[in-house]
Amino acid sequence: MSGKGMNLTLKIWRQKDAQSTGKMETYKVNDISEHMSFLEMMDVLNEQLIASGDEPVAFDHDCREGICGMCSMYINGEAHGPDRGVTTCQLHMRMFKDGDTITIEPFRAAAFPVIKDLVVDRTSFERIQQAGGYISVNTSGNTQDANATPISKHDADEAMDAATCIGCGACVATCKNSSAMLFVGAKVSQYALLPQGQVEAADRVKNMVAQMDLEGFGNCTNTGACEVECPKGISLDNIARMNRELIKAQVK
Amino acid sequence: MSVLDSKVPKGPIKDKWTTYKDKIDLVNPANKRLIDVIVVGTGLAGGSAAATLAELGYNVKAFAYQDSPRRAHSIAAQGGINAAKNYQGDGDSTYRLFYDTVKGGDYRSREANVYRLAEVSANIIDQCVAQGVPFARDYGGLLDNRSFGGVLVSRTFYAKGQTGQQLLLGAYSAMNRQIARGKIQMYNRHEMLDVVKVDGKARGIIARNLITGEIERHSAHAVVIASGGYGNVFFLSTNAMGSNVSAGWKIHKKGAFFANPCYTQIHPTCIPRSGDYQSKLTLMSESLRNDGRIWVPKHMDDVMAIREGRKKPTDLSEDERDYYLERRYPAFGNLVPRDVASRAAKERCDAGYGVNATGEAVYLDFAAAIQRYGKEQAKIQGIDNPSADKIYELGQAIVEAKYGNLFQMYEKIVDENPYETPMMIYPAVHYTMGGVWVDYNLMTTVPGLYCIGEANFSDHGANRLGASALMQGLADGYFVLPYTIGDYLSDDIRTGAIPTDTPEFDEAEKEVKDKIDFFINNKGTKSVDYFHKKLGKVMWDKCGMSRNEKGLKEAMVEIKAIREEFWKEVSVPGGADEMNPELEKAGRVADFLELGELFAKDALAREESCGGHFREESAEEDGPQKGEAKRNDKDFAFVSAWEYKGEPADAELHKEQLEFNDIELKQRSYK
Repeated sequence: MSGKGMNLTLKIWRQKDAQSTGKMETYKVNDISEHMSFLEMMDVLNEQLIASGDEPVAFDHDCREGICGMCSMYINGEAHGPDRGVTTCQLHMRMFKDGDTITIEPFRAAAFPVIKDLVVDRTSFERIQQAGGYISVNTSGNTQDANATPISKHDADEAMDAATCIGCGACVATCKNSSAMLFVGAKVSQYALLPQGQVEAADRVKNMVAQMDLEGFGNCTNTGACEVECPKGISLDNIARMNRELIKAQVK
Repeated sequence: MSVLDSKVPKGPIKDKWTTYKDKIDLVNPANKRLIDVIVVGTGLAGGSAAATLAELGYNVKAFAYQDSPRRAHSIAAQGGINAAKNYQGDGDSTYRLFYDTVKGGDYRSREANVYRLAEVSANIIDQCVAQGVPFARDYGGLLDNRSFGGVLVSRTFYAKGQTGQQLLLGAYSAMNRQIARGKIQMYNRHEMLDVVKVDGKARGIIARNLITGEIERHSAHAVVIASGGYGNVFFLSTNAMGSNVSAGWKIHKKGAFFANPCYTQIHPTCIPRSGDYQSKLTLMSESLRNDGRIWVPKHMDDVMAIREGRKKPTDLSEDERDYYLERRYPAFGNLVPRDVASRAAKERCDAGYGVNATGEAVYLDFAAAIQRYGKEQAKIQGIDNPSADKIYELGQAIVEAKYGNLFQMYEKIVDENPYETPMMIYPAVHYTMGGVWVDYNLMTTVPGLYCIGEANFSDHGANRLGASALMQGLADGYFVLPYTIGDYLSDDIRTGAIPTDTPEFDEAEKEVKDKIDFFINNKGTKSVDYFHKKLGKVMWDKCGMSRNEKGLKEAMVEIKAIREEFWKEVSVPGGADEMNPELEKAGRVADFLELGELFAKDALAREESCGGHFREESAEEDGPQKGEAKRNDKDFAFVSAWEYKGEPADAELHKEQLEFNDIELKQRSYK
């Protein structure tokens, strides 16, 4: 593979910490294999920076298999880059070609302040879930038998589709309004579709939406960009369902 | 010589846990409010423990290095969770799950712990459903099951290929409820760097705020370590990039014994590595072995033709293929346990039959499953004389419904369509059965210091069965620790808050700060990854799927040499008082460099083959089991618990003799 790889120019957002002003810096990496993941390409850059005595680029990542939701880059103007249905760690260099210039920024939203370089603070998502993203059941070992309440396969599957959200924040980063409604809609939907979620349904949706607004996320104007960029294919239907749940809760 | 007391209660195995729970001391609700508990790690074990302890009324402080508890690596578990519910009516029972787990672990786990695990398994499913975990259901609305390796029943509950994610989100939601109530104080982006002992008891930790670099003191009446496994000692594994042994290793250095470090699970179905830049390996769920058939070409000229691109795997006829698992293990076929499947893949690849450029890959083929499901669907849908295309279309839809996300993941990484051409797979380091030694209460050899989930050693012996890690993590966190910890804490109701301005905290903090200062000021010539990769190569070559005396002795010498070079030459850019991922890595790799040597020492001392630990000197020499692992129950039916004595090579061995009263010790046969 060596000698036949791609030579790339990288323009990367560098910012020392939350207080400092950041700016774009330009770097070159050479001989990048098309089989590398995007983050492995970033590893190559960082090894290069360390060798030359510079500080490596800080970026969030962990599982590197598209499920933890930690990685969060905005690549060439798209959350998680040009491929569909992937997180940045699943993006592969075969999506790029020799000589390309790649622009890499952090996820941008007022509710996701930059911590350092490409690392952002997404604890606003945490607080939204703490506002009601749960069913109030204690651990006891004597809840009713798991098969006591049959749930239609269709509902269970739809709840699962909503529950696959990895909380990465690509929906927010993509949205021109920095709305978190796809994320909140997915969480509300998972519980709204299941009988276990009914008891607290009204309070849940009201509290989660109130917290979402408090965090400074914008509103939904039905552009649908979030659905396109979502690595897990979470459907816009979840936003509609959340809105229905909210109306139901308010007229109750 | 042994100072180990497993504290297993007396009485028949079926009654031990119930009787024990009836008799242990409880802490009354008002007093629980006076007691603090630290939980390090927020995966299935730590997350479920933190939530449950907080529900009970304890003040919990939970720590995660990730930016949210939901990102702990339990999230990546794919296939499922076992429970002895017997919903399928196929003869499952608590005893059978217990038996399968002990046998699957090659008779190197503690009977009483495993029985308890099987006993509470059914409660886990009930609890998770009550939390809103969307398990897969059949058309009648009831829960569906699948089969996993090493068992003859269907007891695995699942949520597509994302079971770990859904269970962790369940535990996380339970945590969120307690965070909102103020009963859990959540410390995201914090890493534990040492435990603090006061009068011999664990009374707190030193942690680093990974955003500001600040070193913090946190006190508690008990400390629970739930920091996962140490597979990243191999550099390449299916673990997350940040997964590390540091919490477990730090407590080992403060007196907790480390058990069976050499028991490592090398998972048979992972995507093969593609180049030197590789940063991690990706697992393809074991559930794929329900429907996928594993093979390599029978003839060497076909192997060469495939490697050179002259032939495609689909060009080979049935009788030109060697379905080696079905050939060697007719009873279990493609569903043999992981250790057996991995060694069989290695055996074929070592013999030269690997199907990719590196020679380290075998096929996992779904063509037969697509045909089988397609014909079944045609019948269900009343299609007479379906065309081959129609059968394929119907069959593919079923395979997609079952494994779609895994197939998509494979295609994104490898750039090949696994519906059209067989997947290529090869074994990779996945899980560590070894870990911190704990007694029946899940307490380590340090009073007040507990260890749960993958970080401990107790339930899986020398090999873990598929879908049992999730079961153990949640069993420990939801149903075991919350009881057993009360027995210990009942003595602490009058202790009052533990102060942090004491010499013990001063000393621990100083040690941590000195190490950080060393890294920042060392200005060496090589990056942390350089050393980590070097260590990983020694581990894989000499402590991997098969081990021998010579290699293990060399490994100990080589790892020590890498460690010495690390402390001279490591380069950590940036400062201590800021977010510094290289500094985080340096601390973790320093611990791996010590653990790796103990790992090799443990493997060297265990002169038998058992489960994932295969010693070349200990294989069956003839008869129907020729070449299979040969266990030695007479001399090695014990847990190796190592006591830290300064250098890893000087660690002192303590043996916990394993007693098997309810299961007969037999050779593990899957033929």
